[in-house]
Amino acid sequence: MSDNNTVRKVDSVPSGSTAKDSGAPLLQVRDLKMYFPIKEAAGLGRTKKVVQAVDGVSFELKAGASMGLVGESGCGKSTTGRMITRLLTPTAGEILFKGTNIAHLKERELRPFRRQLQIVFQDPYSSLNPRQTVSNIISTPLRVHNLVKKGKELDRVQELLERVGLNPEHHNRYPNEFSGGQRQRIGIARALAVEPEVIIADEPVSALDVSIQAQVMNLLEDLRRDLGIAFVFIAHDLGVVRHFCDQVAVMYLGKIVEQGSREQIYGAPQHPYTQALLSAAPDLGTIRGVPPKERIRLVGDVPSPIDPPSGCRFRTRCWKAEDICATQEPLLEPKAHSSAGHAAACHFAEPKVDLTAATA
Amino acid sequence: MLYFVARRMVSALSVVLVTLIATFALFFVAPTDPAGAICGERNCTQQRYNEIKANLHLDRPKVQQFAEYTAGIFTGRDFTTSGVTQHCAAPCLGFSFKNDRPVTEMLKSRLPVTVSLVAGYAVLVLTIGVFVGSMAAKRRGTLGDRGLMTSTLVVSSVPYYIVALMVALYLTILYPILPRGEWHPPSENIGKWFAGLLTPWLVLGIYSCTSYARYSRGSMVETLSEDYIRTARAKGLSDRVVTYKHALRSGLIPVITIFGLDVATSLGGAIFTEKIFGLPGLGVLVLDSLNSYDLPVIMGTVLVASVILVAMNFLVDISYSLIDPRVRLT
Amino acid sequence: MSTPAPEDRKDSMVESAAGESEATAAAKRGPSVATRERRQGSINPSGETPYLVVEDLAVQFPTADGLVSAVNGLSYSVPLGRTLAIVGESGSGKSVSSMAVMGLHDRKRTRITGSIRLGGDEIVGLPENELMKIRGDAVAMVFQDPQSSLHPLYTVGNQITEAYRVHHKVSKDVAKKRALEMLDLVGIPNPQRRFSQYPHEFSGGMRQRAMIAMGLVNDPKLVIADEPTTALDVTVQAQILDLLNNLQKEFGSAIVLITHDLGVVAEMADDVLVMYAGRCVEYGTAEDVLANPRMPYTWGLLESIPTVSAANERLRPIKGLPPSLLNLPDGCSFNPRCPYKDRVKGERCTTELPELLPVDGAGAHTARCHLHDKATIYAAEVAPRLS
Repeated sequence: MSDNNTVRKVDSVPSGSTAKDSGAPLLQVRDLKMYFPIKEAAGLGRTKKVVQAVDGVSFELKAGASMGLVGESGCGKSTTGRMITRLLTPTAGEILFKGTNIAHLKERELRPFRRQLQIVFQDPYSSLNPRQTVSNIISTPLRVHNLVKKGKELDRVQELLERVGLNPEHHNRYPNEFSGGQRQRIGIARALAVEPEVIIADEPVSALDVSIQAQVMNLLEDLRRDLGIAFVFIAHDLGVVRHFCDQVAVMYLGKIVEQGSREQIYGAPQHPYTQALLSAAPDLGTIRGVPPKERIRLVGDVPSPIDPPSGCRFRTRCWKAEDICATQEPLLEPKAHSSAGHAAACHFAEPKVDLTAATA
Repeated sequence: MLYFVARRMVSALSVVLVTLIATFALFFVAPTDPAGAICGERNCTQQRYNEIKANLHLDRPKVQQFAEYTAGIFTGRDFTTSGVTQHCAAPCLGFSFKNDRPVTEMLKSRLPVTVSLVAGYAVLVLTIGVFVGSMAAKRRGTLGDRGLMTSTLVVSSVPYYIVALMVALYLTILYPILPRGEWHPPSENIGKWFAGLLTPWLVLGIYSCTSYARYSRGSMVETLSEDYIRTARAKGLSDRVVTYKHALRSGLIPVITIFGLDVATSLGGAIFTEKIFGLPGLGVLVLDSLNSYDLPVIMGTVLVASVILVAMNFLVDISYSLIDPRVRLT
Repeated sequence: MSTPAPEDRKDSMVESAAGESEATAAAKRGPSVATRERRQGSINPSGETPYLVVEDLAVQFPTADGLVSAVNGLSYSVPLGRTLAIVGESGSGKSVSSMAVMGLHDRKRTRITGSIRLGGDEIVGLPENELMKIRGDAVAMVFQDPQSSLHPLYTVGNQITEAYRVHHKVSKDVAKKRALEMLDLVGIPNPQRRFSQYPHEFSGGMRQRAMIAMGLVNDPKLVIADEPTTALDVTVQAQILDLLNNLQKEFGSAIVLITHDLGVVAEMADDVLVMYAGRCVEYGTAEDVLANPRMPYTWGLLESIPTVSAANERLRPIKGLPPSLLNLPDGCSFNPRCPYKDRVKGERCTTELPELLPVDGAGAHTARCHLHDKATIYAAEVAPRLS
């Protein structure tokens, strides 16, 4: 489907893998692919097909930075997050953490890296074991990684609970005694317990009520600022991503279609899909008298990743599509009018401003 | 669909084959001595013992014995005992050690009894059991629901054979309210067939209905809380249509799964039922032949039982796909 | 729809409760409540004659832990052709109140009091067989998750024709024609083929379109859309919201939109009602509530949403958690989380439940808050943080 050239690195990556150079990225993802095989009946035999959940994703993350992966369901953003934490083993590609490729390490070699790459899940109800106390949930990773002396575990658990804004006295309670937002804090405390350098936050606030969502967002921001933890922030909510991430990658059907800084993506998006996403996001600005200049409405749904469209995967829903889009896959590359670090995978990329009801 | 049938046939055949090998191994390879059993203990000379062994082909290598046995099922085979040759026709499962009749013939006369019994059982549990469970689910939390569920718990906590014995003793013999269990082939007199099986059906069926009522209730309670049930109500459908059309179709799926797993148990239940009500079925046959080491009969029965089991599971799979369009028969 | 005969209203708990409330209403209600109802119940913020009128609605569930008052003293109205958005967080009572309008609550486990009138006819206390005739016909509902809200084992066409034939005595062919028409109307391409497909063969957006087709098949006067786009992707959500807007123009029905997403509210609503802990805390036109809100909870909601157009400022969440409905705080339910309660003299916020009163002394924009300089506080402190 895609040859190795389809994805080019946006920033030039310093050669050599010494991560100790200042400015070198903490985490580099190169041409990451995840194909899930599926079996389907066809007549008397069976055909094997693959779901190209992620097909050639590359980006990098500097220490303390935050990278947003945005896209609709089925775009591969969560799969990417799971590969980075090696909950899934990629079909192909590299995941360089401080210069070491962890993409295909064996479980034993992986263990020290597991500690440094933590994940926070979307659903705080199903991701905590209901039969374990909070103290147990948080201290298990401490024990697994031998991070605290025996007898000091409780102190550390209470410290962590306090850090995420929970009452340290509640360490003996069970998850069902907490509300959704509090459970998400427990999930965060569990991730923090092992002092990670990178947290993959997979839709960490989308299951929460609006007022609680903001509390958790602020907590994540504090952690980033105070502890210097870098984030890969996976979300479908463009507002949340804009708020939290300095770098943003927009994904569609397993590929990054546009990548750049927050200002570039939200201020002057170049890819038609990014433009459509921004335009579709319901915005309060309209009621306050700042309607956006243009409304873009896509037709149809996202096609199946089992048999994605040829050439540009977005072409079936794109109003700019021409013949070339079906035959030639557009590369993710800087365009003539791009500012540094901004790249889009589109034959007809051009910036559009005023898609959001921005007052600033 | 065609592919599905073909694949299921293959897997069915392999299940039967494995059963065949397993029973064969169990009886012939295990340290039992059929020849000794036939020869008896008192006046069994070494010569007579060897003769019996040769007649039964027990002196041949095990693999060859197995091949001969299997081949006999398809082509028939000849047995020579003391110079007299007996032909055993195509689906040949050997001759009974005990009375020298062909096993196939014995099974043929017994099979309809057990099949009638199990079929009636299936109809009862899948209609009355499911219906009662659905009613309870619809009225969940009410006194009626609780009463029903408590009584099913009480019934299912009494061992089956005690219930069956009591019914046979009190309701058919001491106070003959129900007809006694008897076997009349349905081809002869369908009314007598029905009357003779009524009591065994009721006992076996109603006893199992209690657990099916519980399964169905659980399944229906879950289904009734589904979003699409709320949608159905929001359309303005009556409670009856919502329960027995929208909910029941989904609620049946887990019940059928359990039924598929349960067929084996019901065959086991059939043994008790046949014994207690004096029905000449496979269960009684297997009990008798176990007592007398009648190996060919035991093997034949086990084989037939495994075929029934495979066939039932096949039916269950088919009914899945009829109920749920998402189940593609692959 | 007919008004129920009085003898119909005897046999269930719901009905007796409703009957009691009517009989003893005058005695129990204080004068101020009565005036509020007169103001609230029949006059819509738009001034038009409403189709749906909800007055002093209360929904209670007796549980093992006590009586849960999921909705309390709720009054609103929606004229034909207008959209009311009911906004609130989980547990605020927004869904529960609309389920009551559909009569979908389990009668044995719910006490519903107050009044719900559709085109002037009372439906609280109607027996089940009367309610059945209204459900799906005069009032239709579009649910949140089209994946779980469509029956997985029946074809989409079957489910739509069924909805039509419950209320119309027509042949299958006529119903099919109608269903195909509806599928086409909601923008499902190739309706003939889609008609005989199952929900799992539809994409998420198409499923929600099918759901809408099913809801609108009987040309309802009132459509209740319960989080209709929450389960959908952003670009599909935009399509569905456009579709609902266009269909409303065509059918002229009243829409009650239940949502937690203020962005969706801004795109869809003519009127907005904000609920907190089972009560309405602010009610007015969309412009009133979203551009000139007068209640600290609404302020908090607006301040805590990161929007696509906002700069990267620190969010200002509402502190604490929503209260348990079993154990509501005294006074204003929002007081434990309210940053402005110190500005109210005395202990009023913690002792006295504020009434839903017009924010400018008169008019249809009402809020439930003791603060008396709400406009000043909003203009000076809240508004600057929002833009």
